[in-house]
Amino acid sequence: MNKKTLFSFLAITLFTTIIFAQERALPNKEVKTLDGSNFNITDIENDGNPIVISFWATWCKPCKKELNNIAEVYEDWQDETAVKLIAISIDDSRSMMRVKPYVNASDWEYEIYLDPNSDLKRAMGVSTVPHTFLLNGENKIVWQHQGYVDGDENKLYEQIKKIAN
Amino acid sequence: MKKILCFFTTLGISLLGFSQELNLGEVHGDFNLNLQSYQEDKLIGAKAADEIILNNAYLNLNYLKGNFATGIRYESYLNALADYDPDFKGNGIPYMYATYNIDGLEVTAGNYYEQLGSGLIFRSYEEKGLGIDNAMDGVRVKYSPLKGIYLKSFIGKSRTYFTYADGIFRGADGELNINDVFNLKSKTKAIIGGSFISRYQKRENVMFKIPQNVAAYASRLNIIRGNWSYYSEFAYKLNDPANLLNKSKMNYAPGSALTNNISFSKKGFGLSAEIHRIDNMTFKSDRDRNGKAYIINYIPTLSKPHSYALLAMYPYATQSDGEIAIQVDLFLKFKKGSMLGGKYGTKLDLNYSRMNALSGDYGKSFLNDEVDYTPIPLCFAQERYFQDMNLEINKKINKKIKTTCIIANQTYNKDFIEGKPTGDYGVINSTILVADISYKIKNGHSIRTELQRLGSIQLESAKKLAEGDWSMGLLEYTISPNWFFQIQDMYNWGNEDVNKQLHYVNINAGFMKGANRFEVGYGKKREGIFCVGGVCKTVPSSNGFNLSITSSF
Repeated sequence: MNKKTLFSFLAITLFTTIIFAQERALPNKEVKTLDGSNFNITDIENDGNPIVISFWATWCKPCKKELNNIAEVYEDWQDETAVKLIAISIDDSRSMMRVKPYVNASDWEYEIYLDPNSDLKRAMGVSTVPHTFLLNGENKIVWQHQGYVDGDENKLYEQIKKIAN
Repeated sequence: MKKILCFFTTLGISLLGFSQELNLGEVHGDFNLNLQSYQEDKLIGAKAADEIILNNAYLNLNYLKGNFATGIRYESYLNALADYDPDFKGNGIPYMYATYNIDGLEVTAGNYYEQLGSGLIFRSYEEKGLGIDNAMDGVRVKYSPLKGIYLKSFIGKSRTYFTYADGIFRGADGELNINDVFNLKSKTKAIIGGSFISRYQKRENVMFKIPQNVAAYASRLNIIRGNWSYYSEFAYKLNDPANLLNKSKMNYAPGSALTNNISFSKKGFGLSAEIHRIDNMTFKSDRDRNGKAYIINYIPTLSKPHSYALLAMYPYATQSDGEIAIQVDLFLKFKKGSMLGGKYGTKLDLNYSRMNALSGDYGKSFLNDEVDYTPIPLCFAQERYFQDMNLEINKKINKKIKTTCIIANQTYNKDFIEGKPTGDYGVINSTILVADISYKIKNGHSIRTELQRLGSIQLESAKKLAEGDWSMGLLEYTISPNWFFQIQDMYNWGNEDVNKQLHYVNINAGFMKGANRFEVGYGKKREGIFCVGGVCKTVPSSNGFNLSITSSF
């Protein structure tokens, strides 16, 4: 490797480090509310408190397990950290109509959005559900996790507590 | 030269310090790899692959800066997994796009995915597990001049494997959120929409006057009032004869689809009812080609997508040439402390779906009368394609034990759905029982078991031997947040052919950490239909080792 290539290599490495070193923002994508309105995901807010974004579907058993297990402790989480959970359903037009009755019957207190053609899912690099992101008070992604097994909600909560005000 | 490099290095270092102020954008993406080895197993009919190992992999890269985004996807099929279309072959970058967003206008050039309404006339999407990717290549413009008004229009060709189908698509869609536009404070909310799509494909047939431009349009209405919600969509497709000198394919009849859904829900209670009528709605990106890669619209299947193996053994796929289907869902949650709720509450899901042939009189539908037909709306023919009744109960017994129990009865017209000669398998009726119990051993450690049984009978005398009864057992051990281990066995003990009373054993283990997930497995898979999100594909039997990696950054 001569000096020239070495220097260019260093320069490129530095440049990419800068890009990667940045905290990650949400992509500029529209989702649907349960009322059928359009909503830009960058508009979510929680008064500077942490936000959890969880991708799920009505046909995904581990997803429902995760959200039902969190529902049992959600009130405590909110009291202690003021966290807000946003559940994004990737159900397409086959099962999309089932989302609202399922959510209401399950008595979830989460904010729910629909992503029926997976536009947001793709933009956020989600390949399988469940996939959970944790956002800090500036809506930057600081942590993420793929899949769900029993007890994972405790690990998520440890991360939430780290960034809670 | 040295000076320039020094300059860049210094610039780089100083930028590192100021990176928060000087926003250079972000790079993100995800990676996916699926590798499978194929060994021969004559008993289950699994074939060995010449390559021994087959592999699919994808890497998505997205660059974002403010209102601008661009990205690519690299795909590698060396060679494609046996359940994929062999036309997915080699490496390439079949997906790249650039898009920006300013003052309500979004412009995309390159590849994009798009859906009009619920997809009845047009849907471009990807479902990698099923080998579906009909991404568009062209330009798209979306504009929202006022809050509540959404317009979009696009032009492009649809992807098939590593190339594009012949048809050129021109589409437009408008949506009006009446409450937002007129700033109404009414309790009732209404959204109306209309969409249009047209396909151009050159006429090459000299004998028949085949339309070069085929249009389809749809209108939709969504009304929400309090706990009630109603959605309706009607779609119409102009004549689109397939370019084949075959009477049944040379049909100049138009197509139509009507779908209606109503739901009511409140705390602890949810009810949803849906009906659709589909008639001659197969819409392709190339009229001369067959196969799922050329389908350009999406007719949702009105049945519940099941995730347990034996419940999904006989899944239904929408008959877009003609069907009438209904589905009803009931969700209930009995409160803690109530009689049915017990200490922790009980959840109950009831689902019923049924699909029948079109029109009251057998013989009066697109499928049976190729010249002219007048189907009777909202009338079920006697021929039943599919029926599913199922009840799921979720109950937490105590702090450590959670259970799910399902009982289901399914009727599956195997000859019709799988296109077999009538009388080969006839209609299969099966009753399925599922028990899923999870037990929390200690903090982070859980064990889960699934026991499933399927008992089936053929409703008519059939020429082929039936697969009969099945049992399935699964044991899973998970350690949060990193590990899972699983062993499962499906046993076809009731097969009428004694040589086919086989065990299908699979062992899987996985490691997850943050955004990465690794999974390895070994075992035999059964030949059958694999469905995700309402689209099904036939998977061949396989026997061997598999590895999968998914990662996101």
